[in-house]
Amino acid sequence: MTASSDADLARAFERGEHRLMLLLALPAFVVVFCLLVLPLGWLVVQSFWDDGPSLNHYARLVTDPVYLNTFWLTFRISFIVTIVTLLLAYPVAYAATVATGAWRAVILAFVLVPFWTSVLVRAYAWLILLQRSGVVNGALRDAGLIERPLALVHNETGTIIATVHILLPFMILPLQATMAKIPRDLLTAGASLGGGPLHVFRCVFLPLSLPGILAGSTLVFVLCLGFYITPELMGGGRTVMVSMVISRNIELYQAWGAASAVSVTLLAIVGAIFWTVSRFLPLDRVFSTR
Amino acid sequence: MNQSALPKVLTYALVGLVLLFLILPILIIIPMSFSDARFLTFPPRVYSMRWYEAFLGSAAWMSAARTSFTVALLATILATPIGIASAYAITYSSLRVMRLLRLMLMLPLMVPIIIVAIGVFLIYARTGLLSSVAGLVLADTMLGIPFVVLAVTAGLQSFDHTQEMVARSLGMNRFRAFMTVTLPQIKASVASGAIFVFISALDETVVALFISGGETQTLTKRMFTALRDEIDPTIAAISTLLTVISFLLILSIGLFQRKANRT
Repeated sequence: MTASSDADLARAFERGEHRLMLLLALPAFVVVFCLLVLPLGWLVVQSFWDDGPSLNHYARLVTDPVYLNTFWLTFRISFIVTIVTLLLAYPVAYAATVATGAWRAVILAFVLVPFWTSVLVRAYAWLILLQRSGVVNGALRDAGLIERPLALVHNETGTIIATVHILLPFMILPLQATMAKIPRDLLTAGASLGGGPLHVFRCVFLPLSLPGILAGSTLVFVLCLGFYITPELMGGGRTVMVSMVISRNIELYQAWGAASAVSVTLLAIVGAIFWTVSRFLPLDRVFSTR
Repeated sequence: MNQSALPKVLTYALVGLVLLFLILPILIIIPMSFSDARFLTFPPRVYSMRWYEAFLGSAAWMSAARTSFTVALLATILATPIGIASAYAITYSSLRVMRLLRLMLMLPLMVPIIIVAIGVFLIYARTGLLSSVAGLVLADTMLGIPFVVLAVTAGLQSFDHTQEMVARSLGMNRFRAFMTVTLPQIKASVASGAIFVFISALDETVVALFISGGETQTLTKRMFTALRDEIDPTIAAISTLLTVISFLLILSIGLFQRKANRT
């Protein structure tokens, strides 16, 4: 057998290999392309179309205060939720990292059970807990802290409480995954060099946990930007977030152009966030907790 | 108490409070679902199975539950092999286009769900898939593929591919080599991917709000519309059942992984 036919054979093998791999990938490609990529392209076209190519829908987004307020409110809520979840998640992730055996399993169970409990179930739980005659108001009154029930639900407060509850595991899990990889020796080394616990924490542990903070914050912020069910149920129609503006434009007004323009804007923001983060951190790290 | 112990105690107190914040709202639903009252109070004054009977006795709720479980099961059966095949191609192919494909298969996790929902609605309105079980299954398959791809690529990366090569060099065809050598070793990843698909399909609400209707409403769509109108205690019973189901499913993932780690 000559060298050239060997090379031919290798090439033919490689072609066959490539064909098989493409064939294996084809079903997933077709499903995601037809049900997601294609309609996204459609939305983009629709957003630039108003009886002909036009920027009308985008012009309205910038001039109509309703849209501006919605985007502003959504950013504000997402920002608050991200900060609150980070503050609550950090000590829990830390405790899960330093805990041993059974304790770690217990902490993780407390995180994973809500994580996999239906979002609707949790929204319902908060509706019951926070309503005027609910458990929280009852407990506060019995404790003598308040005289009249607080308005905790069907407003921004209710939305934020339930959203923090739903997104907290999305912060704890990537933080914990990152902290688990920090070698204990480094902390011992820091302490042996004379650093007090707080100093070692600030100069060694905190910087090393930054990738986890970035991954968790990205996930929580982006998920919150696109939240729909929780604000719809907890906001009582007053806390209108971007997702709700999209659905209302379609369900109530059949205004597909406006809905498309809002969608494309939201999509561009989310895309820009992921793109920026991916330059510091592989996106796999961000998604592996979902 | 000395000074260095104080931050520690405060940290653990905070951790305890956060953990209670996470778990209590879910646990409190369980006793409340056994309440006898129209307006739920905690703790319930009289216990009864009233709301479970209301759920099991309602044709509308039962048909919604049937739709949800059928759809979730079919989506799992579809998404799992599709996801395994693409994860295999992504892991072992040298083609550069696979990196793009991988990014594309992650899109269902990245695109806000409301945008996914109106996109699917646009496509279904033109293909007649609205209000059909097939349409729901396809949508949940698309949403589930990333879970399988993530879990299975992670599994394949820790698997020694040469074992499959050896099996093939000994005369097995590629499919049989995969089924008898590779698959058994990554089965924990496959199982957790599949369970994720099932749970997420069961919980999917937003897409179902747009594309399901009439005879094919899902449980979550019905729950959502019921919750928007009033707080119906029947939902406490359904919530309890759903929570127990997802709890059992995560427990099974844990057992799978533990067994896989031992061998």
